[in-house]
Amino acid sequence: MFEPILLKNINTHDSHRIDVYLKNGGYQALAAALKMQPDGIIQTVKDSGLRGRGGAGFPTGLKWSFIPKDPTIPKYLCCNADEGEPGTFKDRVIIEKDPHQLIEGMIITCCAIGAKVAYIYIRGEFVFGAERLKTAIDEAYQKGYLGKNILGSNFNCDIYIHKGAGAYICGEETALLESIEGRRGRPRIKPPFPALAGLYAKPTVINNVETLSCISHIVNRGAKWFASIGPEKSPGPKLFGVSGHVNKPGMYELPMGTTAREIIYNHAGGIRDSRKLKAFIPGGVSAPMLTERDLDTPMDFDSLAAKGTMLGSGGIIVMDETACIVKVAMRTMGFFRHESCGKCTPCREGTDWTYKVLQRIERGEGKEGDVELLEKLCGNIFGRTFCPLGDGAVMALRGALKHFRDEFAYHVKNKRCMG
Amino acid sequence: MLSDKSKEEIKRVLNKYPNKRSAAMDALRIAQNETGCLSGDVMQEVAGILGMPAPQVNEVAAFYTMYNKKPVGKYHIQVCTNVSCSLLGAEHIVEFLSRKLGIKKGETTPDKKVTLSVVECLGSCGTAPMMQINDDYYEDLTDEKIEEILSKLP
Repeated sequence: MFEPILLKNINTHDSHRIDVYLKNGGYQALAAALKMQPDGIIQTVKDSGLRGRGGAGFPTGLKWSFIPKDPTIPKYLCCNADEGEPGTFKDRVIIEKDPHQLIEGMIITCCAIGAKVAYIYIRGEFVFGAERLKTAIDEAYQKGYLGKNILGSNFNCDIYIHKGAGAYICGEETALLESIEGRRGRPRIKPPFPALAGLYAKPTVINNVETLSCISHIVNRGAKWFASIGPEKSPGPKLFGVSGHVNKPGMYELPMGTTAREIIYNHAGGIRDSRKLKAFIPGGVSAPMLTERDLDTPMDFDSLAAKGTMLGSGGIIVMDETACIVKVAMRTMGFFRHESCGKCTPCREGTDWTYKVLQRIERGEGKEGDVELLEKLCGNIFGRTFCPLGDGAVMALRGALKHFRDEFAYHVKNKRCMG
Repeated sequence: MLSDKSKEEIKRVLNKYPNKRSAAMDALRIAQNETGCLSGDVMQEVAGILGMPAPQVNEVAAFYTMYNKKPVGKYHIQVCTNVSCSLLGAEHIVEFLSRKLGIKKGETTPDKKVTLSVVECLGSCGTAPMMQINDDYYEDLTDEKIEEILSKLP
């Protein structure tokens, strides 16, 4: 059985307090990292094979290595705790139950990239989580893990919390930066990439909560140990959140590359009411859905990409045979329509149009040619926008159309669900 | 006019950032906590404290959904209706609340006690269906649970 790493302490009483964290070996990695050369820390993270857990799977050490070394340039670390991808609830667990794991990872990251200031961008709805983080940050200052001359190393580091206010798009890294700068969360065009001109036009690393939470473990137990977990090209532990029609929805930490079948049936207790699985979304609603045929796919970045979908956030949404895919698609496109920032016409107008077409199909008012219209609209959004929101919307809809085109056509023709 | 306490709080958050504009979101939240919703006057005042042109503050308030542009009740019930919650009956939860409160979604009870809204994913999918009332999450909802929650709202 796999022994949890990131969630190891979450069931300990007062796991969010620094005393409990210290008792379990907390902040030893920071002490070790402060004795290392920054490049040595970056190399260790590179060697570990850690890839970003926010969804894109970019190699973390490589991302850090893009930051200029010039010590006279201020640099920033931003922790993406916006957790807005529907189906995703993993970062919240770390923030609420083990915030010091994140904070320690952030301080080590700052040390590696030469940043003295870091921001945690937390979604505004996580009021309790933000309170937990604030308390944890205060505790870290009191114990000398944050502030000036940390553990006598001459290294200074401050962490601040920036609260979002309800905008999915701020999970996109450049929109997140705009938001911290006090603007509407509209994505920036890249290049320049944040590593060169990010927050306040200074070199910036943006990493997800789960990514940063891996850092202390990598420093403590070594790159080799981390790289030995799961598949060679996407190693490490992964948080899989299972929701929808399963008997035991919840958060499961397993090696990257665990199959969807094992997660859904062995850990999440299988489909409720002994029904059959119809479809599952592997990594938040942007990830194209898969069907029973794909249950043995290893849940890692490359295996899912090979199936035309993505690991995304690892938020698995399970649908049994009672689920109407047209309705799921409609609900998904309604979400993207609501969250489109409006900057790019194909996304703003396209998500609205597809949503309206799906609404009428779902209501039983679909017209002949509507399915073809949806496909055409997808082609007019995909690849024509600044940021990945429009692409995500299209991928989700195309996934549904690919596996369940018959169901859409049935809806249009018979004005009702297939079931 | 914002209270001295809110103004002090806004001044304190300025320390987090190298420029005042970055404090706009915090400042709007602090102002809203006091006033309930962000009127033109409130936004003007926030702009004054931050030394920002009012339209820049207004556009921030307009962009983010958590800033209330019109008044909400003492209790703001926000029901997640995204995919995971929808699969487990979020629409029923909205209908049930609507019937119990005698208002449609987007409306506030005549006594201004409760506003009912439907919202996008709140990051609580493993405990769907769920809703947020003001700052707190209520998860794994059932009709009985909702009745109990409503009866306990002071």
